[in-house]
Amino acid sequence: MKKLINKPDDVVTEELQGIEAAHPDLVRVFYDPHYIVRADAPVQGKVALVSGGGSGHEPMHGGFVGVGMLDAACPGQVFTSPTPDQMEAATKAVNGGAGVVHIVKNYTGDVMNFEMAADLCRAEGIDVESVLVDDDVAVQDSLYTAGRRGVGTTVLLEKIAGAAAEERRSLKEVADIAREVNANGRSMGMALTSCTVPAAGKPTFEIGDDEIEIGIGIHGEPGRERTKLKPAAEIVEIMATAVVDDVPFKQGDQVLAFVNGMGGTPLIELYVVYNEVAKFLKGRGVTIARNLIGSYITSLEMAGCSITLLKLSDELIRLWDAPVKTPGLRWGV
Amino acid sequence: MLAVTYDDVVRFIQAYADVIAEQKDHLTQLDSAIGDADHGINMNRGMKAVLAKLNGHASGDIGATLKTVGMTLVSTVGGAGGPLYGTLFLQLGAATSGKSELEPADWEAALAAAVDGVIARGKAELQDKTMADALVPGRDAYRAALEDGASFAEALRRSAAAAEEGMKATIPLVARKGRASYLGERSAGHQDPGATSSWLLLKTVADTWAGD
Ligand SMILES: Nc1ncnc2c1ncn2[C@@H]1O[C@H](COP(=O)(O)OP(=O)(O)OP(=O)(O)O)[C@@H](O)[C@H]1O
Ligand SMILES: [Mg+2]
Repeated sequence: MKKLINKPDDVVTEELQGIEAAHPDLVRVFYDPHYIVRADAPVQGKVALVSGGGSGHEPMHGGFVGVGMLDAACPGQVFTSPTPDQMEAATKAVNGGAGVVHIVKNYTGDVMNFEMAADLCRAEGIDVESVLVDDDVAVQDSLYTAGRRGVGTTVLLEKIAGAAAEERRSLKEVADIAREVNANGRSMGMALTSCTVPAAGKPTFEIGDDEIEIGIGIHGEPGRERTKLKPAAEIVEIMATAVVDDVPFKQGDQVLAFVNGMGGTPLIELYVVYNEVAKFLKGRGVTIARNLIGSYITSLEMAGCSITLLKLSDELIRLWDAPVKTPGLRWGV
Repeated sequence: MLAVTYDDVVRFIQAYADVIAEQKDHLTQLDSAIGDADHGINMNRGMKAVLAKLNGHASGDIGATLKTVGMTLVSTVGGAGGPLYGTLFLQLGAATSGKSELEPADWEAALAAAVDGVIARGKAELQDKTMADALVPGRDAYRAALEDGASFAEALRRSAAAAEEGMKATIPLVARKGRASYLGERSAGHQDPGATSSWLLLKTVADTWAGD
C-alpha cells in the first residue's frame, strides 16, 4: 500500500483537521463524535440538510457543506456507515426550528444507522424527514437484493435540495424536491482499477491489467460484467444505454449530464467520456441543459468513472443554478 | 445452575469480547468473500469499546449493563452490524431491566425480545443469509428445550447447537439482504459472517453459563 497518510487509523480524523484548517470561513468541524456543519449553523427558520456516509468518497459529503447545499455531514470510517450518535449530534447542531432532512444513500448500514438516529431525534421533538437515494442502475431492484445503491445522483440532490432549503421552503417541500431528484436521476459506474482501504492495506478486488468492471459500486461492489478494456466510445455506449433505457429518459427530454471521476482518473479522460456522452444523447434526441464534469463522488484512488443523468424541469434548472458556496462546489457567489 | 448472576452476565460480555478479538480475522475473511471485508474489524472495535466502558462500572443491574453494551455498539461499530448488534443488546437489556439474576424464563424472554429487535431493525426473513439464520433457531431451540423440561444449562447448549446448524445452513443460500445480496447467485457457497458472529454469541453464553 502506497498512500500519503500518517497512520491508517488516523486518516479520517486528520482529513477533518485538514478541512477545518483550510475552510474556517465555510465550515466548523466537531470530533467527538465526528461531524461537519456550515459555519453559520444553525440557520433559524431554514430547513436543515444532514447527509452522511462512509469516508473515502471526497469531496462528498463534507466538501458539500456550506451555503446553498448541506448544513451538516457525518463521515464514517472509510467505506463504513457513520453511527447514530454522529447523526443525532449533527441534527441537533443544525436544527433551525424548521425541521431537518436526512439524506441517506441506500446501503443497509447507512439506512439502519440513519433510522436509529431519526428515532432518537424525533423522540426529542425534532421534525425529521428521511430521503433515500437509490439511483444505481447496475443493481437489479428486486425483492432479492438490498435494492439499488445510492451513487452519483446524491451530489445533484444535495445541491438542488440545498437550494430549495435556502429559499426557506417547508420541510415537506424540500423533502419532496429531493425525492423528485432521486426519482429522475440514474447512474452507472465503471472501474479500470481497484482501490485500497487504508485499514485493509490491500486492494478491495483483483482486476487484470486489460480488464474493466462495468457497473461497479463506489465501494468496489461488483457490477454487471467484467470485460476486456475497450475504447471510451464503446464503454460509454454500454453505460449510457443502461442509464437511458431505465425510466425516465425519452426523446425531447432535457437533462443534467454528470460525468464523475472515481478518484484516479484525470480530467482529460473525463472530457473524452463527456464528449461520447454528448454524442450519444444527441443521437437519442435528449438535450443536455446542464453538465458537471469532475471527481465529486469518488472511491479512494480507483480509476474509472460514472455517468449520471438527471431529467430536468425548469424548476430543477433554476435550483441547480442557484448560488452555492462549499469547499467542493462553488458558483454564483 | 439455577440462575445467572450479575457477575455471570459480565463474564459473558468479557468472554464475547475475547472471542470476537480471537475470531476477528476469520469474520473479516468471511465478509471479504461476500461483503466488504470489515465485519470482524467492526465487531472488534465495538467490543473493545464495550470493555473500556464497563471497566469499573458494576451497576448490579443486568438490564442497565446490557443496555450500556448496546448503546456502545451502536455508536462504535457502524455498518450493518452496529445497529443490529446494538439493537440485540438494547433489547436484552430492556427485557432484563432492574434484574440482578436471570432464571431460565427470564433468558427466554430476553432472547425473544432480542431476536424480534434484530428482525424489526433489519427486516430479514429466514434464509435471507443473515444473522437471523443463526439467532432464530437458537431462540427456538432454547424455548423447546425448556418445554421439554431440560435444565437451564442443557437448554443453553441446545440453543448454541441449533445456532451453529443455522449458521452452517447459510452456506448454500443466496443472500437477499445486506451487501452480499449485490452478488446474487455468487453469494452461494459462503458462510454468512453475521450468522457466524451470532452463533459465537450464543456459544459464548452457553460456554460461560453452562460450562462443563
Ligand atoms: N437486513 C439485515 N438483517 C439482518 N442481518 C443483516 C442484514 N443485513 C446485513 N446483515 C448482517 O450483517 C452482516 C454484515 O455486517 P457488517 O458489519 O460487515 O456490515 P456491512 O454490511 O459491511 O455494513 P457497511 O456496508 O455499512 O460497511 C451480514 O453478514 C449479515 O449477517
Ligand atoms: Mg461488511
